[in-house]
Amino acid sequence: MAVREAEPVGSLSEVKEAGLDREDLLQIYRNLLITRGVEERGHILYRQGKIPGSFYTGRGNEGAAVGVATAMGPDDVGTPLHRDMGVHITRGVEPWRVFAQYMGRADGPTKGKDGNVHMADSNLGLIAMVSHLPAMLPVAVGCALAFRIREEKRVAVGWFGEGASARGDTHESMTLAGTRGLPVVFVCDNNQWAYSTPTHLEYATEHVADRAAAYGFDGVVVDGTDVLAVYREAKRAIEKARSGGGPTLLECLTLRMEGHAVHDDAFYVPKPMFEEWAKADPLERFRGWLRENANMTDEDEEEILAGVKKLMNDSLKRAEESPLPDVSTLTEGVYATPEDLDTPHHK
Amino acid sequence: MAEKTYLQAISDGLRLEMQRDKRVFVIGEDVGVYGGAFKVTLGFQEEFGPWRVIDAPLAETAIVGACTGASIMGMRPVAEMQFADFISCAWDHLVTVAAKQRWRAGTPVPITVRLPSGGGFSGGPFHSQNPESSFAHIPGLKCVCPATPEDAKGLIAAAIEDPNPVLFFEHKHLYRRIKGEVPDERYVTPIGKARIHQEGEDVTLVTWGAMVYTAEEAAKQLGDVSVEIVDLRTVMPWDKAAVLESARKTSKVLVLHEDTRTGGFGAEIAATIAEEAFEELDGPVKRIAAPDCPVPFSPTLEKAYIPQVEDVVKGLKELAEY
Repeated sequence: MAVREAEPVGSLSEVKEAGLDREDLLQIYRNLLITRGVEERGHILYRQGKIPGSFYTGRGNEGAAVGVATAMGPDDVGTPLHRDMGVHITRGVEPWRVFAQYMGRADGPTKGKDGNVHMADSNLGLIAMVSHLPAMLPVAVGCALAFRIREEKRVAVGWFGEGASARGDTHESMTLAGTRGLPVVFVCDNNQWAYSTPTHLEYATEHVADRAAAYGFDGVVVDGTDVLAVYREAKRAIEKARSGGGPTLLECLTLRMEGHAVHDDAFYVPKPMFEEWAKADPLERFRGWLRENANMTDEDEEEILAGVKKLMNDSLKRAEESPLPDVSTLTEGVYATPEDLDTPHHK
Repeated sequence: MAEKTYLQAISDGLRLEMQRDKRVFVIGEDVGVYGGAFKVTLGFQEEFGPWRVIDAPLAETAIVGACTGASIMGMRPVAEMQFADFISCAWDHLVTVAAKQRWRAGTPVPITVRLPSGGGFSGGPFHSQNPESSFAHIPGLKCVCPATPEDAKGLIAAAIEDPNPVLFFEHKHLYRRIKGEVPDERYVTPIGKARIHQEGEDVTLVTWGAMVYTAEEAAKQLGDVSVEIVDLRTVMPWDKAAVLESARKTSKVLVLHEDTRTGGFGAEIAATIAEEAFEELDGPVKRIAAPDCPVPFSPTLEKAYIPQVEDVVKGLKELAEY
């Protein structure tokens, strides 16, 4: 059960077979643009001094995040991380709420209690991450366990970085999921740098996905800048899990195109590495593919770009209108009340 | 009503919850085929099947973390740590994820973690600890420490029903040693309400868990001093009102716990009494606790470590003389 290195996606007919029509493809492109748009505008807000604390982006990882999220079913759930804005966007979070979150406003998903990408809308099937990585992997496994106990055809997706693959939570989660054949897909955002630590100091195998065999399931490595290849592999893994085939470890290989966070200029990443990976920008790559294979015209593109630009401007305006949280909310909700369990998913 | 051991009461309470609510499941090491290291879940797998009584690999973080995920998906998981000591392996998950998820992300985490705790049988440093104070300090977690079979059954129901992560500290030394009348039907003992174990006039003794019985024996031996024993039952939230009421009545308070002294929960109780009932005290709030060292193995050392009846008698006498 050696790791499989996925092929890139070729033609439109191949994509159609994987379940995407032209409108789906244009929506993927839109989601990629929104994802990058949110993070680029976040940068501007940060420089304007409007974002307290630090600021993290997933530049370079947009294709991996959007690709996996597009493959998820409406009732599937996931635990996306700080490089996975594309998951939130694809699942339907409104960008103004992300900006409000960045700025610590009352309308951010955490109402100012937590910052940056530590957020999720549980009504969209997402669970908010914590800083400790990969602390959300066992949580994703637990979601899958609930689905298995209730015999529901749902799948959980747990994200982790190649840096966090060193921690015990990864091992424990994969051991439990493997022994029980749970419907979970482990997605490794391998962006090749854990802050300043390169991969050869993070793991001693060729791929993170090589480990899958040791846990008794399949490992796949895919080019994370190829959104369609990521989609195809995620779809396979998710549907396999849904039909009782157990977990898959899907490793999406990218390069973190910025520093760990906004303060970090990533001087330790060799310049040629950046130059090489810049040629494989996931947005540009998919744009080229759409023009070549899906007949995306200048008019199509202009319409999409104008729509995204308007969305960003409207969202920023709405977020800036959001008030700062009332100090009286500080100690609210430390403990849940029985009424708090009145959610679609807790019942 | 029937006479049950403390262990049987926990087992009965858990079984009743599983019978009435399909969302409740048990996961832990050796909880299924073996029935748990202490046999609390003996026969459960036969009754509820392998997907509701789940034998997990030796992976405490995955066990408790999976409970969090399952609870957010609508289940009511009950994790068993084989010994309370091993909760340290899942500390990160409980404190980092489970405790904070409701406050910061609006997502309640209704899980119960059962923790066979306490010493008295040469379990040594890693099978004897009482780590409730560490968790009581973490906003978002609840800590339950029943002393009687009746409370153990009612509080396991309360823990499972509670919409928060609840740590259920069940004292191993009480498992088979303590018996009591327990109602047959289901009932819920509220979390956060103390119980007056015995009424008295001269000194208040605040304690919980196995120390309730040490307190009882010490009070008996004292004879002429009338001791009011307040069994907290739950350490977080703790029944401040009941403690303050008793403190105001007797004007003298001794806090007793099996956990170590410095930063133990007794310090919080003593500080609260000093802040809120200072004017009504006739003496200092006294603490009796384990010394600040790990739990020893050898019986002679362990006896010196765990507060004994004679230590409590001495403490009560000193207080009574004020």
